[in-house]
Amino acid sequence: MDAQNIIIINGNEFSFEPGETILQVARRNDIDIPTLCHLKGATPTGECRICVVEVEGARTLMASCVTPASNGMVVRTESQKVIEARRLIIQLMLASGNHNCAVRGSDDKDWTQFQLSVQQEDNSSELCPVWGDCRLQDLAYRYQVSGERFPKTETLFPMETVNPFIVRDFSRCIRCGRCVQACNEVQVNKAINFGYRGASTKIVAAGDRPLKDSDCVFCGECVQVCPVGALVEKNARYEVRPWETKKVRTTCSYCGVGCQLHLHVKDDKVVKVTGVEDVAPNYGSLCVKGRFGFDFVNSSERLTTPLIKENGEFRKASWDEALDLVAKRFGEIKKAHGGDAMGVLTSARVTNEENYIANKFTRAVLKTNNIDHCARL
Amino acid sequence: MTNTIGCIEKADVILVTGSNTTENHPVLSAFVKRAVEFKGARLIVVDPRRIKLAGFAHQWLRPNLGTDVAWINGMMHVIIKENLYDKTFVENRTTGFQELKAVVEKYTPEYVAEITGIPAQSIIDAARMYAGAKAGSILYCMGITQHTTGTDNVKSLAHLSMLCGNMGIEGGGVNPLRGQNNVQGACDMGGLPNVFTGYQPVNNADAVKKMEDAWGVSGLSDKIGLKVTEMLPKAHDGELKSLYIIGENPLVSDPDLNHAEKCISNLDFLVVQDIFMTETTRLADVVLPSACFAEKEGTFSNTERRVQRVRKAVNPPGEAWDDWKITCEIATRMGYPMSYESSEAIFEELSKLTPSYGGITYDRIEEEGIHWPCPTADHPGTPILHSGQFPIGRGIFFAIDYIPPAEKADDEYPVYLTTGRVIYQYHTGTMTRKTDGLNDRAPGSFVEISPQDAEKYGLADGDLVNVESRRGNITARVNFSDKAVEGTVFIPFHFAEAAANKLTNAALDPVSGIPEYKVCAVKLSKAA
Repeated sequence: MDAQNIIIINGNEFSFEPGETILQVARRNDIDIPTLCHLKGATPTGECRICVVEVEGARTLMASCVTPASNGMVVRTESQKVIEARRLIIQLMLASGNHNCAVRGSDDKDWTQFQLSVQQEDNSSELCPVWGDCRLQDLAYRYQVSGERFPKTETLFPMETVNPFIVRDFSRCIRCGRCVQACNEVQVNKAINFGYRGASTKIVAAGDRPLKDSDCVFCGECVQVCPVGALVEKNARYEVRPWETKKVRTTCSYCGVGCQLHLHVKDDKVVKVTGVEDVAPNYGSLCVKGRFGFDFVNSSERLTTPLIKENGEFRKASWDEALDLVAKRFGEIKKAHGGDAMGVLTSARVTNEENYIANKFTRAVLKTNNIDHCARL
Repeated sequence: MTNTIGCIEKADVILVTGSNTTENHPVLSAFVKRAVEFKGARLIVVDPRRIKLAGFAHQWLRPNLGTDVAWINGMMHVIIKENLYDKTFVENRTTGFQELKAVVEKYTPEYVAEITGIPAQSIIDAARMYAGAKAGSILYCMGITQHTTGTDNVKSLAHLSMLCGNMGIEGGGVNPLRGQNNVQGACDMGGLPNVFTGYQPVNNADAVKKMEDAWGVSGLSDKIGLKVTEMLPKAHDGELKSLYIIGENPLVSDPDLNHAEKCISNLDFLVVQDIFMTETTRLADVVLPSACFAEKEGTFSNTERRVQRVRKAVNPPGEAWDDWKITCEIATRMGYPMSYESSEAIFEELSKLTPSYGGITYDRIEEEGIHWPCPTADHPGTPILHSGQFPIGRGIFFAIDYIPPAEKADDEYPVYLTTGRVIYQYHTGTMTRKTDGLNDRAPGSFVEISPQDAEKYGLADGDLVNVESRRGNITARVNFSDKAVEGTVFIPFHFAEAAANKLTNAALDPVSGIPEYKVCAVKLSKAA
């Protein structure tokens, strides 16, 4: 081990590569330092300061996401000072908006008043739409913090609901800037950024216009990285709670990139889609079609029974009847005209297994090589 | 793709041509944009439209439609003339350099400028930029292939890459972006008239014998079959009697739709298997309902040849079945029993018959997909092709001359039309048009036109315009756009009610059989 590159975290020595941050060294060695604003793959900003650690000899606590490891550095990740600082940050964040989950307060009277005011703004009697799926809530539990220490900040900006996909709820935004980084550094759509200053900081699109009138292409990367309830899928908001769904990993069915995605399923219906993080080829990213274009799965227009055309009109048929008819007609045509009078168009939409079967059927049963698909179209 | 998607961020220079990447492959486009914005890569975009990616480019070259061989030859002319090519690669790994050199000799920047409309200096600058890369990546899509010279275009890009030694290296390669989730897999699995799975030729006696033994049949045809673009004319002539269409909608996606409909209507028997009623199912004698991707197990192979799992999340509606089960039932009822326990059982059979998939199992791709070729159980897969040598040994340079597109604008049809997709819709819209939000963003067809052209034809933004070609006509809304360049309009082909493919030309590339969707001539008039 190179003696020049040793950092001591919580009493243990770790080697590091020059340029690595304290957070990176810690994560690599399974030491959990909580983060909120930190977004893998993007430039660290140190915005939220929840990742502060105590560094021996430093006058203040250091944000581990932006502080490079240095030789002989002695770091404590959960000291009393660190925990106090984190508790304060969480308390301030909880007071900063409509964080109406159970951690908000223990005082019955205040809670009721707070809840009623949030319900009015939300136009809903439910708890926060991401209750149970919120990084801030997780941290409040972890550090046993409630929000009533500071008075609730007034909501400065109204909710934006004028696009089909994303609800922007500024009352729940903690201004961590993850969405800004996701938009500018991951998807590079450059649609949103920080606007205004100080206490009135707001994430804005196109000079503070609605997303639909900006460069936004609704990839939803911002929704996926939002650690709180500020950015939520419109159709899933209040409708889908994580404990009601199961997640199934699969491959997107649109273009050829093959993004890995999770289908969130409730009552045998796909109700939400998210990108699978940390896995090639897409590392969590999706596009508008992959993330929001799944309504066709559960569409009432899906074909549900075989259909046979009679006198120009389709009528429902049983599988046995339809398959027998197809087999009979194919058999007749093959006998009368030979396999080369028959063709099969297999599909760039179905699985490898299904294409293999179509290939085998065409060649082994119809005895022709007249098989193609839409690669050319 | 010869290389991986991740490789794009390793390139020094990226040349994107015939791909509106941010709209058609949005997630992949982020790799390009990140490479440019954060990794110092140089970007050359060659596209007839001022697409969004042009805004990220160091150089945007605007060729006239259908002049790709000319500008590529022009770049190679400059690279050879200025001695910028990779002599070691050319010497050790290729043949035919002298033939290439001879043919590109006449493609001086000035001559190329006349054909393509790209200024001579831009050709020189782009050539120097691409040739100066340690690793230069070429990304292309249907804007290159959907021409009567599509095969020539693709070969020319491969030449450019070989000439600069960009094959087989990280960050390099020639990378077609596949437009459909499993178009790679459909090709890999023998969904082509000339090959069995893994591109084993149907007219190779050993391959035929291998399949006959595996399938327990005799008398497999060793005659190359018909391409889709050949099947339709045969149907028209009455030589093709039946068609079994699985999950495709040619009556929106084919060129010259009026003619395509006549061809299909002339069949004796049409079976269509799909998840929705489509323009194509309506012509069928029998319609069979199938399960969609969220309802089935299996694998897709993506554009970088990565074989990935598809998993069942929900049950199919009503009595819809997996596509493979339907096909197996038809086979069984025709006297050839086909039955499988599961999609995994099918995969086990196909991997035995397909060398490039031989080492892949569901277990191995549980967490992360594998790039074929992966011939054995302990093979890690092949993210980058052609690193040691080409499958045929040496890469061959062919002498390729520029041939103009099949249809050119003239006095009667003075405007060029090119077609493609928009970000919010997908192909024939069968799936995406079932999502209200996507329809809200992209409700219908439009004619993307430059304000200058619009003025010429007396059209205002939002007007209804009648677009007519030699084959048909449609009506759609005028859409003023910065993307449009004078003399050329663009219409998306998603919308059956104003189907761009009523206008397109069914002239085919002689080798690939791909129609020339990207170039035809039209005239415009304000609709009453």
